[in-house]
Amino acid sequence: MDVQTHQFDVVVVGAGGAGMMAALYASRGAKTAVISKLYPTRSHTGTAQGGIGAALANLDEDHWEWHAFDTVKGGDYLTDQNAAETLAREAIDAVIELELMGLPFDRNPDGTISQRRFGGHTNNQTKKPVRRACHAADRTGHMILQTLYQNCIKEKVTFFDEYHAIDIITNDGKVCGIVAVCIDTGEIHVFHAKAVCFATGGWGRIWETTSNAHSLTGDGPALVWRAGLPLQDMEFFQFHPTGLYPVGLLITEAVRGEGGVLINDKGERFMERYAPTIKDLASRDVVARSIYLEVQAGRGIGGKRYVHLDVRPETVNRYLAEAGEDRRVDADYILSKLPDITDFCHTYLGIDPTKSPIPIQPTAHYGMGGIPTNLHAEVLNSGTGTVVPGLYAAGEVACVSVHGANRLGTNSLTDLIVFGRKAGKAMADYARQADFVPLPANPAGKIVAEIEGLRKSSGKTKPYVLRQEMQKVMMDHVSVFREAPGLQKALDTVRELKSRYQNDLVIEDRGMRFNTDLLEAWELGCMLDLAEITTVSAMERKESRGGHSREDYPKRDDVNYLVHTMAYPEKGQIRIAHDRPVDLSLGYQPAERVY
Amino acid sequence: MKVKFRIRRFNPEVDKKPYWGEYTLDNVEPTDRVLELLHRVKWEQDGTLTLRRSCAHGVCGSDAVRINGVNKLACKVLVKSLNLKDGGQIQVEPILGLPVVKDLVVDFEPFFDHYRSVMPYFVPATPLPGDGRERRQSPEDRARFDDTTKCILCACCTTSCPSFWASGQYVGPAAIVNAHRFIFDTRDGATQERLNILSEESGVWRCRTIFNCTPACPREIEVTRAIGEVKLAIQRGGR
Repeated sequence: MDVQTHQFDVVVVGAGGAGMMAALYASRGAKTAVISKLYPTRSHTGTAQGGIGAALANLDEDHWEWHAFDTVKGGDYLTDQNAAETLAREAIDAVIELELMGLPFDRNPDGTISQRRFGGHTNNQTKKPVRRACHAADRTGHMILQTLYQNCIKEKVTFFDEYHAIDIITNDGKVCGIVAVCIDTGEIHVFHAKAVCFATGGWGRIWETTSNAHSLTGDGPALVWRAGLPLQDMEFFQFHPTGLYPVGLLITEAVRGEGGVLINDKGERFMERYAPTIKDLASRDVVARSIYLEVQAGRGIGGKRYVHLDVRPETVNRYLAEAGEDRRVDADYILSKLPDITDFCHTYLGIDPTKSPIPIQPTAHYGMGGIPTNLHAEVLNSGTGTVVPGLYAAGEVACVSVHGANRLGTNSLTDLIVFGRKAGKAMADYARQADFVPLPANPAGKIVAEIEGLRKSSGKTKPYVLRQEMQKVMMDHVSVFREAPGLQKALDTVRELKSRYQNDLVIEDRGMRFNTDLLEAWELGCMLDLAEITTVSAMERKESRGGHSREDYPKRDDVNYLVHTMAYPEKGQIRIAHDRPVDLSLGYQPAERVY
Repeated sequence: MKVKFRIRRFNPEVDKKPYWGEYTLDNVEPTDRVLELLHRVKWEQDGTLTLRRSCAHGVCGSDAVRINGVNKLACKVLVKSLNLKDGGQIQVEPILGLPVVKDLVVDFEPFFDHYRSVMPYFVPATPLPGDGRERRQSPEDRARFDDTTKCILCACCTTSCPSFWASGQYVGPAAIVNAHRFIFDTRDGATQERLNILSEESGVWRCRTIFNCTPACPREIEVTRAIGEVKLAIQRGGR
């Protein structure tokens, strides 16, 4: 097979928020290319709704220190405090930078950026909610994605659209590029680079109910793993409390930020019991668990597996009055602040959220874990912090770890901008002083053989069968609540599926051009790897913390587990070590988490 | 219920010309999305069926297709909205006016070339604020271009436009929508350059106000109105 070779100082894989931010910065000092399996504007950043967190203090008193503390507490103290400091300090400037790039935020009457309440955002003194989420209606991610793509066009960033990365090229332990398939032609392209940044997003598609796009199959972490490098904190995957029932698509926390409340079958605002101070605006893990417990106790709506999210003006106003607040809302206000949510409810359920409550269930949403990096987005090869020269990661795929055991709402967008920018700067600096590592002989040989083997698969099992079984077992046993027997069952199942994937798969499309049958199967291979690593990581964390709730170990155990999980690939096996310490440099000592 | 699918197929490596592929699906629910059903055809019956999709809820803009003759995002069309009888037919074709790559996949390059041609990026009208903070804009000025910020570049509007079908030189509704988003942004200083681009032969005057674009938009942008506002701005010589 013909292989085309390109040379760039910097190659960014993924064209969402982190990838394009990295590319904008890298391209100012280095010859940069972005390759993405989607057109950039299709990236999942565009589906983020509610806001980007930054202590601008446009409406309420706020400080970066409060944002940092909320991030640490939200992360159930597994957040690295130096990372939370970087995020919270630089968030302010990052949001201003987006506005100066042209992003059309909603505005306050004085013309400044509008902010609203979000889960876990608090005034650290009064413990009351604070308005920190900077937003553009309920399509903040869309505006970020569009604005970054617009600026990439303005600054003439080079894109390879619909190129699917399938391998990292290394030579003598140093990174020297990636291999990608041009989806349209099926041709193999080698990108020789000094620096490679993974910004490929999450892997929510390993679960059955998810807010994630079909494309979120964890290609980035799977490639890094297959290159012999570790993954961090993979047991921590956030289930967003409010996914639309039954499809799972995201209903933003901003619905609750604007005053919406969760109601069970008895008509109770049940979050009053679980989080007496900030109620429906507690951290996501807390709210997701509360919904599960309500459903388990038979208080789901009509006994089914969902509860109601009620943002009808009369409900919102009743609770605002009860809380002694002056603010009141009407249907027009709700519509102006939540137009897309209104559209989703109308399109998929035929309901008007200002007239009927929205049925919701927790949905797999965001990976707190991923490729371990330091504060400069440099990838680490172990828990002791040795950098892999030339390899970077930013955004959801990376684990700095700024989100710890549970991400605070709006911090995903903040993370993209803050750490995407850091990756871009770091790569430009690196490219200035580093030489190209020579490509090894036949750099694409091994992966081409693998892909061609996959293309000729002629067993009996179609990829979707394996994918659905994986998604179901992960949903049943590795979701909001976990315990040892279920985790073992999930692990056994995933390993059996991997074996069938190796031995009995069938690919029907043997062609070269736009072969999505082949590429979906390849993505399934990535997901099976990540499902296995996630499950093993979950088995080895015998405590409950943030998004990882063990029914058999219901308490947080700071003596044994105030430490990151590192999963290492070793002789085809997964070795777990709890050997990356948590940074506590801001001095926030682990405390009981009450909201 | 049972649904018949009639899907326009073309594989450039095998087929001399396009043909209709026919498939039958059982156990279809009225609340199923057409995208899910296309997936069922691909996954359960014929792995060679090729389409683009990503977010599956109408935000990423990947899966614009013609469903029963109308441009839609496949992930935003529920079976019940098609008013089918049991055994009824859903016809799916690629959007028109862009070259077909394979089955439902079209070549988006001409579409994005038009988009890039209208300066779809912010050109500040004023220097950076001295206080290191955001440029201020009143809620009223922000509201002026809110509608056109919703565009997801799915091409439903452009590929429903007879003027675009007649000439691929026309920049098309989506490019004009994205120019509008900046032309009416009070922070932007390149209004005149964009109006000059759009008053050329390939620009807004190719629009014959046929109105296909407005109902085609899955984001409910008033596309024809936006084009009209750009025409007026050209005549006025500014926003």
